[in-house]
Amino acid sequence: MSDPVSALNGARFDGIASVEEAGLCGMITLRGDFASAGFAAAVNSITGAALPEVGRIAEGTEGAAAWMSTDELLLMVPYAEVEARLAALNEALKGEHALAVNASDARAVFRISGDGARETLAKVAPVDLSAEAFQPGDFRRSRMAQVAGAFWLNGEGTFTVVCFRSVGEYVFKLLSASAHPQSAVGIYKA
Amino acid sequence: MSTRLAKQGRLIDRNKQIEFTFNGKRMTGYAGDTLASALLANDQMMVGRSFKYHRPRGLVAAGSEEPNALMQLGSGDRYEPNQRATTTELFSGLSAKSQNHWPNLEFDVLAINNKLGRFLTAGFYYKMFMYPRAAWKHVYEPIIRASAGLGKAPDKETKDADTYEHFYFFADVVVVGGGVAGLQAAKAAAASGAKVLVLEQNAYWGGRAPVDGGTIDGEAPEAWIEKTRAELAAMDNVTLRDRCMASGVYDHGYVLGYERLTDHAPGQGGPRHRLWRIRAKQIVTATGAIERPLSFAGNDVPGVMLAASMRDYVVNWGVTPGRKVVVATNNDDAYRTALVLHEAGCDVVRILDARNNGGGDLMEEARQKGIRVECGRAIAKVSGGKRVKKVAICAQNGTGGAQEEIEADAVAMSGGWSPVVHLWSHCGGKLNWDDAQAHFRPDAARPPLGDNGKGFVVAAGSADGEMALGPVLVNASAAGSKAAEDAGFPAKTVAAAAGVDSVEAPMEAVWLMPAQADIGLRMKSWLDYQNDVKVSDVQLAAREGYESVEHTKRYTTLGMATDQGKLSNINGLAILADSLNSEIPQVGTTTFRPPYHPISMGVIGGEARGDIFQPVRKTPMYEWNDTNGADWEPVGHWRRPFAYVNKGESVHDAVNREVKNTRENLGLLDASTLGKLVVKGPDAGRFLDMMYTNMMSTLKIGKCRYGLMCSENGFLMDDGVVARIDEDTWLCHTTTGGAESIHGHMEEWLQTEWWDWKVYVANVTEQFAQIAVVGPNARKVLEKLNTAAGGGMDLSKEALPFMEWRDGKIGGYDARAYRISFSGELSYEIAVPASQGLAFWNAIMEAGKEFGVMPYGTETLHILRAEKGFIMIGDETDGTVIPQDLNLQWALSKKKEDYLGKRAHLRSHMADPDRWKLVGLETVDGSVLPDGAYALGEGINANGQKNVIGRVTSTYFSATLDRGIAMGLVKHGPDRMGEVITFPGTDGKTYEAKIVDPVFYDKDGEKQNV
Amino acid sequence: MLILECPYCGVKAEETELHAGGEAHLKRFGPGSTDGEFHDYLFMRENPKGVHFERWRHANGCGKWFHAARCTMTLEVFGTYSAQTFEPPQEIRDAITAKRPGWTWRDLK
Repeated sequence: MSDPVSALNGARFDGIASVEEAGLCGMITLRGDFASAGFAAAVNSITGAALPEVGRIAEGTEGAAAWMSTDELLLMVPYAEVEARLAALNEALKGEHALAVNASDARAVFRISGDGARETLAKVAPVDLSAEAFQPGDFRRSRMAQVAGAFWLNGEGTFTVVCFRSVGEYVFKLLSASAHPQSAVGIYKA
Repeated sequence: MSTRLAKQGRLIDRNKQIEFTFNGKRMTGYAGDTLASALLANDQMMVGRSFKYHRPRGLVAAGSEEPNALMQLGSGDRYEPNQRATTTELFSGLSAKSQNHWPNLEFDVLAINNKLGRFLTAGFYYKMFMYPRAAWKHVYEPIIRASAGLGKAPDKETKDADTYEHFYFFADVVVVGGGVAGLQAAKAAAASGAKVLVLEQNAYWGGRAPVDGGTIDGEAPEAWIEKTRAELAAMDNVTLRDRCMASGVYDHGYVLGYERLTDHAPGQGGPRHRLWRIRAKQIVTATGAIERPLSFAGNDVPGVMLAASMRDYVVNWGVTPGRKVVVATNNDDAYRTALVLHEAGCDVVRILDARNNGGGDLMEEARQKGIRVECGRAIAKVSGGKRVKKVAICAQNGTGGAQEEIEADAVAMSGGWSPVVHLWSHCGGKLNWDDAQAHFRPDAARPPLGDNGKGFVVAAGSADGEMALGPVLVNASAAGSKAAEDAGFPAKTVAAAAGVDSVEAPMEAVWLMPAQADIGLRMKSWLDYQNDVKVSDVQLAAREGYESVEHTKRYTTLGMATDQGKLSNINGLAILADSLNSEIPQVGTTTFRPPYHPISMGVIGGEARGDIFQPVRKTPMYEWNDTNGADWEPVGHWRRPFAYVNKGESVHDAVNREVKNTRENLGLLDASTLGKLVVKGPDAGRFLDMMYTNMMSTLKIGKCRYGLMCSENGFLMDDGVVARIDEDTWLCHTTTGGAESIHGHMEEWLQTEWWDWKVYVANVTEQFAQIAVVGPNARKVLEKLNTAAGGGMDLSKEALPFMEWRDGKIGGYDARAYRISFSGELSYEIAVPASQGLAFWNAIMEAGKEFGVMPYGTETLHILRAEKGFIMIGDETDGTVIPQDLNLQWALSKKKEDYLGKRAHLRSHMADPDRWKLVGLETVDGSVLPDGAYALGEGINANGQKNVIGRVTSTYFSATLDRGIAMGLVKHGPDRMGEVITFPGTDGKTYEAKIVDPVFYDKDGEKQNV
Repeated sequence: MLILECPYCGVKAEETELHAGGEAHLKRFGPGSTDGEFHDYLFMRENPKGVHFERWRHANGCGKWFHAARCTMTLEVFGTYSAQTFEPPQEIRDAITAKRPGWTWRDLK
């Protein structure tokens, strides 16, 4: 094995916000029955997180769980541990009708931070990114210009953006164009 | 002459002089000028020529309704035609050129059309260019193309130097217009706590009010405007944007805002325009009103201007188009212009009030100032060519006789006011005719409806038909409150500011001046300035039977110019109604469509240009491919190497080399783009049995099976190899194009038909880099990697037979190896995590040197599969082809009761023995058949065309066989082996090909099974 | 541009996030059905001016299919509801009745 390589090798752009590739993140796509106690316990055992509410991401001691759909979660764990956690998850899900797959390498991940972070994203996603509407812990799947993507906001005002690996470069350039230093809309504060 | 006044000009800064050029001539203006006001200040009366007759034209208006002053701005990469001088803010170095003339503005050859005017009437194109028929292509069309269009299109070598962007915004209430009505409405809406966005198209706030006078809350309007603007700006729930025009209102409260960021300061960096994509719960249209011209002969001579616009030029920019001005009106507002001109020291030589009883307080004021006012009088004709010289005066009630001629250098005209109802109407808001004010105004009972079935647009102020300052503010305040309430905020009444202005006498509709003008005058009375439509044209259309206003519009081109009839529509349809002996409301208006005023193409595209014009999907090996000669082929959004071209090689050479090398040595294909779907659950087998035509539930763990997918219509939609992973898990490969669509297809059936089946699907396409290792040396290179790594997966024929898969390590990489072959050669398709893909690829390339490794592209992939007679979705299929057509009956399970497409295959047309079927085609002379060519049959069809009996679906030069090979669908094909059929090419040649078995190479399939 | 509220994730999605999926509540006919039944299932669709039931997918979102009841003439949306049902639930039908008394669609009233 050689060192794993992310889609863009840690590229970065600074403008009204900073856009940087976050590097490889451990991600597990998990589908199953949210109503099953065994399912929730399995999620918790891997991430330390409770089941997220609709449209939210739940942070846990060992990772995080994001609400993707009525029967789908995106679990976030350290990249180096993803295969071990996946094995543990499958073990914990024995007897449940569920599907868990490693999706870490299928994705590119970016962070958008700084005063213009909300505006940077609001230029490409048809989502209300005002502070009243989009709050820390909110998780949204939508489109970013011409491709699908998902993003959430943490308590420090930083967005994490996830897209498919193949369009990582497109999304990076898109967000960089959005964050052009002279393109502040002047609507949203940090 | 037009000139800058010593005083006045509230918007200009006389301390800041700005240089610019017009038609190469250096001119100066002031900061705050528009290009239009600066041209007037430089006595540039003539600003362009009209579209059809090339008549000299001057400024008519001061805002977005201006029909004449369209300019070519800038040069090179910043060149742009058809820009309105009135909405162009002046900046240092601006270069403008007038349009639609040759050789120059002052002398224009095509002005001869003006003399031919009586032959160029309404419908001229339709009448003139009918016969002889052949003349259209060779004579008429080239001439029309040469003379069509206003400005010149940008040079094709130039590329817009600017950038653009979009911005998504959500508001409870969007107020369109920052005049006093908009500000008052915003104040009322914001008081309830609603999130309010106010859009103002100009760089300044307050609209017309500071020009029109009166008082608000006892102060000059300007003071109230600034106070209110500041109040609103200080509120957290209010956003104010200037230089931002709402261009359209769409379904469910969608509004587009066009923000011009750097038009007034080009090159300052950042995006030039921003398109606000706004979703509003409620919209207040405080868009004001537009003055109408009067239809009299010579109303298009430079110097004839809308009265209020002339007032704008004086008050806002301190310029006047003339020193001796005649005012013609049918309402009181034009008196304000007369008074302003008088105050500015101009000579108002006459006010012609078409009303027999004249006006109210303002008329008295004018008379007191010594201005001569004549009631019941009209302009018979304005003469002067390139600028106003004389005005002939007559009785309004008459045919235009008994004229008195007076000298003047400008004419201010007012035919009354039309509310700007565009945004109200864009999404279905209806209008009522207001007879007293002679205009259409919004019918509050019939607003455009939103997703909740309730109205989502409220008109405010003069856009709602209120024409006096006091009622405007009251109306606007109510509109703002209503909008907030309808957006879900508790009702809160806000006292409207008290507006006071002069008491006015009623206006009287005047659609033609004089009322019974003779034909000579009507032929010179313009309705649509830009498209050269006159009163006589609309009357002619009516006589020729055009009764619908929409038909008349298209026949005469009335209102079809870039101003979209802002000035001409009401006057035109009044003339039409009169000609049809009908009433205006019965004739109705044409449809209002967005945009209100043209917006740039750039802003519509937004950020999508250059390298983010479209997403390009890249595999983990993209960069390697790119630096190693990839000749890229777009496959959906993916880029795949068509071939890897070496120095000095043609693409064709490269393909031939790749084909031979893969057959003889070792080829590598980047197959990462193939779709990979994991399907899991207790019902997964049952589900896949429905999805695929063949049986997947019986597939043994560790094995692979080629599967076909049909739509419910029975047509082939995708194919690929399915692998059974464990008891309840399968992995389905799809075509490159099918990854997302087949994933969606599976989800659709699971969610909407078999929702009680326990199956989950996940798309893991991009988790893996997949590499096809193909050729006689495939096993050797992989075993070498394993040896180097100190062990790994057993890749022998016995341990990993054909059509099976294994997980394990290859060369130290976590890998899943599939023994499948799309080439007929010994082949392993190996999936590794995407983050390891490039490293693994490099490892094989390195280890493969001694085995003659070469990468190969999609063309080689195609040729290899065609030599083997394997079909390709999208080549052999086109959405009308069923498996039986391709001799794939073996893949249609007879054991299964049901699968998608099974029932459809029983339909009579599907079972028709005359369907074209797959065969191989071999040209008699070894050449390559043209792709898509049709085979000729006997006789002709009902349309007199030759019958066809088949077509080519895939065709290549096979380096392996050193000849052209092809596949095609041919009627009764499999029964006609050996027969030679002919294919006419589009190159004039006719190709002859023999029908043969589609498997051209290794018919027994021994090579893949070693 | 329409907005529809996805009943699964609660997002008021604009049309660019959605994928239209044609008429709702089709009954599938497979092997064993008559030519007529199969033909109607494949090709015959309602084309009402007024109340209509449709399938939509929250494609750029949670990925779920759902149903929407709306008016094809005014674009009013009466409600969105689960895809896992053979006919519109009573509350949707009530909502339509309140606004369009006397509505009909196929054999629904």
